[in-house]
Amino acid sequence: MKKLDFFDRTEQESNKKLQRRTFLSYLGFAAAGATSFLGWKWLNRQPIDNGALQPLRSTLETNEKILTSTFSEHHLVKTYPVEKAVKNVRINSLIGLQEDIDETAWRLIVRKGDGSTIPVSLDVIKKLPKKEIVYDFKCVEGWSQIQHWAGVPLRDFIVALGLQSQTKMKYIGMQTPDQRYYIGLDMPSALHPQTMLCYEMNGQPLIYQHGRPLRLIIPVKYGIKNLKNIGEIFFTNSKPRDYWMERGYDYYAGL
Amino acid sequence: MKTVLKKHPLGIRWFHWINFPLLTIMIWSGLLIYWAYTPYKISIGSKELFHFFPNSFYTALKIPHRLAEGMNFHFAFAWLFIINGLLYTLYTIFSGEWKYLLPNKHSFKEAWQVLLHDLHIRKYHPPQKKYNGAQRIAYTAIILMGIGSVLTGFAVYKPTQWNWLSVICGGYETARMEHFILTIGYVLFFIIHIAQVIKTGWHNFQAMITGFEVIPNATYPASSQKTETNEET
Repeated sequence: MKKLDFFDRTEQESNKKLQRRTFLSYLGFAAAGATSFLGWKWLNRQPIDNGALQPLRSTLETNEKILTSTFSEHHLVKTYPVEKAVKNVRINSLIGLQEDIDETAWRLIVRKGDGSTIPVSLDVIKKLPKKEIVYDFKCVEGWSQIQHWAGVPLRDFIVALGLQSQTKMKYIGMQTPDQRYYIGLDMPSALHPQTMLCYEMNGQPLIYQHGRPLRLIIPVKYGIKNLKNIGEIFFTNSKPRDYWMERGYDYYAGL
Repeated sequence: MKTVLKKHPLGIRWFHWINFPLLTIMIWSGLLIYWAYTPYKISIGSKELFHFFPNSFYTALKIPHRLAEGMNFHFAFAWLFIINGLLYTLYTIFSGEWKYLLPNKHSFKEAWQVLLHDLHIRKYHPPQKKYNGAQRIAYTAIILMGIGSVLTGFAVYKPTQWNWLSVICGGYETARMEHFILTIGYVLFFIIHIAQVIKTGWHNFQAMITGFEVIPNATYPASSQKTETNEET
């Protein structure tokens, strides 16, 4: 039996028909090219929603919906032995930080959905069972670093304060005391077992550049969500404002 | 009447030309992202030969300080890139076009002969069928590279939730580097591809738009090629 060869794919055509086919092909090609070009122009002319082109912002929100369907609190970030942690922990931003905080007078404000607040002292937080984590901290810029943090898991803190009912809300917001840096977290990420309120780094109390007296460590998010110098934590059903989201970044920023 | 060779089916032409702007957008937005942390370089010992990339490159292309924009484009157009690549692969499988694209047992020897010919080391060029061995290897490799980009991309995108994927890729940082190397691979592919298309000539290029190529002489290449395939069978 004769094997069918590529060069058997021939046909007879009149010159006129060939010219017509060539013309139509080029026409289709040009039309498709022009459509893509106009589509690109259209996209780049769209209104800006918090620093991002509106259609791209919507796509980020769709991505969030698709990807959160695979989210599980049982998916944990890889942890490392403590020797792997770096000594020089990178400082990327000082927004909202304060050098002169009196830790004895300091109170963390926890605001419930109804607006009532609970002040919590650092001593109360430090008396809760301490946990440590050594993991690869990831910055949205692309770098990552194995860092060693210690504190109390946010969900243990919530239980200790008897605020379980508040976790039925959609979001947790956090901000620095001066409100210059602020973030919003979806509740599942906030309640992930590796999300922690930290007061120690490399076995030492935090220095202010790393967020003294208390900062967030949330391995399921990029560094931009790991708020330093937490002044207030609040529970809400409306999306809390978010510093980097307002500057064009993805609100979810999940890893 | 002219004898016409039906070269590229409509499906393949569409997927090919849609992929071109999509890959361009992916590489451009990837550069906007890469700019924020640029650790890769080629060095021998402590001597740095080339840093990816020199500052002049970034300023010329207006890349600096556009990380968020880059991420937003990258994570939107990635879906279109994935869908187009997936449809192309499925098309080649179900249409039977894969038979011309997958390397076979002769391809590697043939690719070597093509390489020596193209580098002007040898005059001999193996008889050209739809694709020669070098093309088969390149066009199959580019699909594997695409799959690699998607997997390493997701490994960098969701390293905690999809930790298993990150582990398969050799870790978060390794996955980012692999993702970058694959991109350099596309650029090299593109350069060689364009050079070969220019070298082969207008009729070959036009066939990627019209789908067919007029056979200038009724005996070429059909009859000569047929004898050879018959010998094989």
